[in-house]
Amino acid sequence: MSLIVEHATKKFGDFTAVDDVSLTVEQGQMHGFLGANGAGKTTTFRMILGLLNPTAGIIRWNGKPITYAESPEIGYLPEERGLYPKMQVEEQLIYLAQLRSMPKADAKKEVRKWLERFEVPHYASKKVEELSKGNQQKIQLIASLLHQPSLLILDEPFSGLDPVNVEMLKSAILDFQKEGATIVFSSHRLDHVEELCDNMSILDRGKIVVGGSIRQVKRSFGKQNVRIKMDQDLSILHNIAGVENFTKTHDGALFQITDETVAQRLLEESMKLGALRHFAIEEPSLEEIFIAKVGKAYA
Amino acid sequence: MHSFWIIFKQAFMTKAKTKSFIITTVIVAAAFFLMANLPNIIEAFQGSEEEENVLHVMDESGDLTEALQQQLKAAGSDIQAMPTDLTEEELKEGITDGSIEAYLVLEQNEQLSARYVSESANEMNSGADIEQAVQSLQTALTAETMGLDAAEVSQLFLPAAFEREAVSESSKSQEELSQARGLVYILIMLIYIAVIYYPNMIAMEVANEKSSRVMEILISSVSPVKHMFAKIAGIGTLGILQMLVFGLSGYVAIKTAGTDLSEGAFSVFGFSDVKISTFLFAVLFFLLGYFLYAVLAALLGSLVSRTEDVQQLMLPMMFLIIIASFIAFSGIGVPEAGFVTVSSFIPFFAPLVMFLRVGMLDIPLWEPLLSIAIMLATIGILGWFGARVYRGGVLMYGSSQSLKDIRKAIRLGENK
Repeated sequence: MSLIVEHATKKFGDFTAVDDVSLTVEQGQMHGFLGANGAGKTTTFRMILGLLNPTAGIIRWNGKPITYAESPEIGYLPEERGLYPKMQVEEQLIYLAQLRSMPKADAKKEVRKWLERFEVPHYASKKVEELSKGNQQKIQLIASLLHQPSLLILDEPFSGLDPVNVEMLKSAILDFQKEGATIVFSSHRLDHVEELCDNMSILDRGKIVVGGSIRQVKRSFGKQNVRIKMDQDLSILHNIAGVENFTKTHDGALFQITDETVAQRLLEESMKLGALRHFAIEEPSLEEIFIAKVGKAYA
Repeated sequence: MHSFWIIFKQAFMTKAKTKSFIITTVIVAAAFFLMANLPNIIEAFQGSEEEENVLHVMDESGDLTEALQQQLKAAGSDIQAMPTDLTEEELKEGITDGSIEAYLVLEQNEQLSARYVSESANEMNSGADIEQAVQSLQTALTAETMGLDAAEVSQLFLPAAFEREAVSESSKSQEELSQARGLVYILIMLIYIAVIYYPNMIAMEVANEKSSRVMEILISSVSPVKHMFAKIAGIGTLGILQMLVFGLSGYVAIKTAGTDLSEGAFSVFGFSDVKISTFLFAVLFFLLGYFLYAVLAALLGSLVSRTEDVQQLMLPMMFLIIIASFIAFSGIGVPEAGFVTVSSFIPFFAPLVMFLRVGMLDIPLWEPLLSIAIMLATIGILGWFGARVYRGGVLMYGSSQSLKDIRKAIRLGENK
């Protein structure tokens, strides 16, 4: 039950929205998608779902392209949230689950369970338009996983939620993964991807600029950070060979280096300057990788 | 197939439950009862009708009034000629204060002379009736003085047989035509309203689902084509049901009202000689017209991002329906005109115009069948084309809302 995307390309006229994207998500894995607005995340998701046909390339789920026959196995949370505003929550969730071939009685039971879990059981008979945006989003997430799909595609599942609700949704998604579901999601928050995902892809203008397991991505980035805390001025150290970048912080400085031998030199040199309060070699954050690869900060 | 029925049920139930739908249905049904009882109601308001038709006759000889009454009766008039004792002054006063409608001064000299006095010149429209009756009375009196007997007199009054007959074989006789006209008029009206009302509902539904962005979830669950046709079928069934309620309430209203619809105010509608085939064709053309325009409406609805833009995009389609209705309504008087015949084979006009021809004329069966076949083919092509537009259209969000978007939508939904 793995999802395989091979050289998928989507062109709209002269514009190439997705350019030769390849990735594999094994069953039970969570794959994170990063990219600025317009990078091609939503188009990629729509191609995976079969809503758009790739101009070139092949996408397979379980060995076959996804068609409407696989509809019961797939859950989708679109980036643009949408529910019937005038329909009651419970009625609506049951209807959407029925469209994915879930029997009505089962759907009813599951709706109750999920509303309880998200602490909103009292909204069952309210109209969707009466709910706050955050609560609508919970309903939207329930709609995507109510029918117990084995492939879950979540486009920006956490945007616009407060931290408490983010944790609630995160734990629900993690539980889903534990039950064996394959999950692909995009997020606005790099820390969410770092926390939840095994693998990730960074998309820029339709191309995957970085992809693979997060550990591997960080290692192959070839750069590490050295954080030094001391009172003396450290600016003279940025002339040491191998220091790529130097940032002054309020209690010291942050050096970006190419390999660990440079860290050794930094330690020696800084000790000559005075008393050292803190010295650490840190892995690069996804944020830094993103900036380095895409050339701008992540929104 | 399962999900088809779920969408079908959903489309049907949500609309059937809305207040506006229930209220419209009730109001129209109530209007039928009102119409069926109209003659009773008119009668109730004009209870003293008979008195108003009294004609006071000043007749010095005294025996002319009765002879006049006989002439009036023979002519089928319900005017009561009554001898009066009042003076002309008093009669004039009576007219001014409204207690008397009109009076007649009859004098017999060499010939009969009569003076008809009423409040206004067009009062009662009976002036002509009375003139006719006086004329006849004069003839009868003259015949009497000439010594003719009763049999000879009645021969003298024998009316000439005058009948209109049309030469063309397909044309119905004048009598049949006027009988069919009313019913056909009403049924065309119903089809016209139905092909505007229900397809509009579909376009609004689709636009609503798009603007609330629930569409992307729907079409990731169910194929857009299935979604579109399930919706069309659901609302179509709702339309049939509503029409059935209208038809049934109309029927019950007529039966319970106890008024004879073949006479009086209703005679123009020609309910007395209704052919079942006219109704069957009405249902058939309603369904075909509905599907034709519903597919078009779904296609157009899928192109807009906001419900506010629906009407603008529906305008060309509305024009088609309005042109069809122009042809149909102006063709009622001249169902054999060339433009009616030609447009009855144009798929977008056929639901109204071909029905008009079927209802008004005795045309060979192959003509409506050909027209139906053309419509079915058009529905097929539109369905195929509409499904392609719909596939892409529902994913398209943008500011430009024009028919040019159709090309964009097709490209977006394309397979390669």
